[in-house]
Amino acid sequence: MTTPHRLPDPYGGPSSGANLADILERVLDKGIVIAGDIRINLLDIELLTVKLRLIVASVDKAKEMGIDWWESDPALSSRARRDELTRENTELRARLERLEASREADELEAAPRQAPRRRKKESP
Amino acid sequence: MTALRYVYAVCRPLSAPLQAQLTGVAGIPARQLEHHGLIAVLSLVPEEDFAEEPLKEHLEDLEWLTATARAHQNVVDALTGVTTPLPLRLGTVFRDDSGVRVMIEEREEDFRRALDRLEGRVEWGVKVYVEQEEEKEAVGERPAARPASGRDYLRQRRRRTAAHEERGQKAEEFAARLHEVLSGYAEDARLHAPQNATLSGATGRNVLNASYLVPRSRSEEFVELVDRAEDDTPGVRVELTGPWAAYSFTGLTQGVA
Repeated sequence: MTTPHRLPDPYGGPSSGANLADILERVLDKGIVIAGDIRINLLDIELLTVKLRLIVASVDKAKEMGIDWWESDPALSSRARRDELTRENTELRARLERLEASREADELEAAPRQAPRRRKKESP
Repeated sequence: MTALRYVYAVCRPLSAPLQAQLTGVAGIPARQLEHHGLIAVLSLVPEEDFAEEPLKEHLEDLEWLTATARAHQNVVDALTGVTTPLPLRLGTVFRDDSGVRVMIEEREEDFRRALDRLEGRVEWGVKVYVEQEEEKEAVGERPAARPASGRDYLRQRRRRTAAHEERGQKAEEFAARLHEVLSGYAEDARLHAPQNATLSGATGRNVLNASYLVPRSRSEEFVELVDRAEDDTPGVRVELTGPWAAYSFTGLTQGVA
């Protein structure tokens, strides 16, 4: 792998390679927690990543910018898992339909008179 | 209209002045407040945006949060260039200077201990990704190719799963080895939740997301270690970010897993 690296410069500027997820990870989740005069419930900030996900119009943008670490955090989201299941479910259902259709065709061909006409099951 | 105090970080008195135009949150310059031999770096921010209710609302506004997080990091980063700051979490706000002074007095010992421990150290972020391109090559079939029969389908699926698992396992072993080497070199290390990078333009699955605390004087070698690791492992990408202020090592966060 040859990815160009910045020169190591311990006194230099910020990580030019840092994406917004890197920054939010630190300024929201790390750093010293002090209850200021303006009280933000700690829980609020911890749930913030979840809430961000709910800002529908902004989610794609968030992803573009690389703010999506909550999706891979099982504590914060089961969506990744659910998406995977939904996708697989759809795939299997399509597969099953194709199999049924071809079997129906076979049956009709083999014994056109006896084969009961089966109705294809509607998908829910 | 009253101004509140948004505090970015606490540090020891600076030997060099802050950049004249160091802009913080809401585009407002950062300034210093000295108390008991410590410095709070802060901005005077409008109450209409930073009082409890508006702040809560803003925090759910992605654009606002993005700008504020970057501004916060910008100030902390400028401090990292001249001193060892203790970064506070985004959104630490006080009514007035005396509120900030009280906070310094209450946490004085903690601050000094942390500052002693972190003096001259920076944080480096290292992420390891499994490259997605490898996936397609290894399988040798386009995932979209329609299987000719049920058996083909199952075979394809099994092959895909096996290849996927093998790659994932290799990458995880690589990540574990790298983490061990880097932890051995660094003074301290923290593992973070992996970032889901599939949609962010960064390709691949994030299998390691870690921070390492390294003295500045040894940072060059640390960076070389990371570079070397990347050279001899195909299919795996290593990303380095830093130097950051020691966000992950202040030891003063509560309940961070």
